[in-house]
Amino acid sequence: MKRGLFFIMLLGIGGAGVSLADTDAEVNARKNALDVAGAFTNDGFKLRDGHWCGTLKPQDHALIAVNLYAGNQYWFAVGTTDPARKIAVNVYDETGKLLTSDHYDGGDRAAAGFSPTDSGQYFVSVDLVEGGSSSFCLIYSYK
Amino acid sequence: MLVRGRTALLLLPIAVGALIGAEPAKLAPDQMAKAARTDAITIPTPGELFAALQKPGKPNWTDAYRAPIPTTYKNRAQLALNLGGLIADGFIAVEAQDSQQVKNIGSDVIKLAKALGVSQNILGRSNSINDFAETNQWDSLQEELEATQNEVKNSMQSHSDQDLVILVSIGGWIRGTQVVSGSVAANYDERSAKLLRQPALVSFIHSKLNDVSPELRIDPLVKNVNEQLTNLEKLVTFPAGKSPSPDDVRKVNSVVTDLIQQIQHKTDTK
Repeated sequence: MKRGLFFIMLLGIGGAGVSLADTDAEVNARKNALDVAGAFTNDGFKLRDGHWCGTLKPQDHALIAVNLYAGNQYWFAVGTTDPARKIAVNVYDETGKLLTSDHYDGGDRAAAGFSPTDSGQYFVSVDLVEGGSSSFCLIYSYK
Repeated sequence: MLVRGRTALLLLPIAVGALIGAEPAKLAPDQMAKAARTDAITIPTPGELFAALQKPGKPNWTDAYRAPIPTTYKNRAQLALNLGGLIADGFIAVEAQDSQQVKNIGSDVIKLAKALGVSQNILGRSNSINDFAETNQWDSLQEELEATQNEVKNSMQSHSDQDLVILVSIGGWIRGTQVVSGSVAANYDERSAKLLRQPALVSFIHSKLNDVSPELRIDPLVKNVNEQLTNLEKLVTFPAGKSPSPDDVRKVNSVVTDLIQQIQHKTDTK
């Protein structure tokens, strides 16, 4: 049933979440992000219903602040659309230090996994490594 | 390693601990200050908080129950704050795997949503919550509760009630913090106490509350919540790696418990 709900979410991505004015490109980027995040639900990760969509430019990055709890495990999944070809997702702590995290690299979609030892603010960075400007969408899951 | 089994196979291109791209090793303060912050992704759900709370050992979730609250407030700010708190109660009932409690809370959530005029789309959610509760689908229930909260917020945004959105989030955060601080105060554990370290989160919700309309800001309840957030911001600020003491935890619990009493108190003066 959990997987069923995931697919319902996938079908209804234009209507769910807090953002009301997602463009078609953002909806497709979100679909790609959900494709990646869906794999983690097999391991008991719960998908948050919220998301963040924006635009990536070549050799630039987007930065999103999140608040995490010590003891939980997190995966941050990002999807983009053509013409983005390769993106990278990284996690920084509240002092701006780059943290070691697990990575999934799938070209126009990627994810970073992280287990904080301290509760507090962290930053998720989304970098466009190869390709042209594109919409992107970030979602995250936890357990 | 965060994944195993089937997921690991699906993610063969995974590079453990690798750093991909040309990302900087350190972010500049102005970059961090400009980072995107939004209700939907920057404010954790009560479910995330409760998931972390049970890592050191499962709390007795039924101890966190509270008596049913009124559902007939006339003040919209109070309705929004209580709606957030009630959704947090729903997460508690899910953690307790108490289907009747989930159904009761789901019913009250719909009543509050109706009173706010945002019930049209979430009546279907009520049926789903009942169905999942009947069949003990706890993970699905948690997703449904979060989706319900987001649908209410969406509806508020589309009805120019944007200012109420942050009140729903604040109500949920206060209730979640009351439960966690109460649980830690009753059975002190350093790891669980670390969950109360949330200065940036409180700062963010506080700044959002300062952005609401002047009319809403002078509402006595909102004004008091705003004042107490200043106090709470100090109480949840600890150095990284340090756990708050039992006394620190009790202080947080005292402030949020007092706030919950005020939020759920029905005066009908408006």
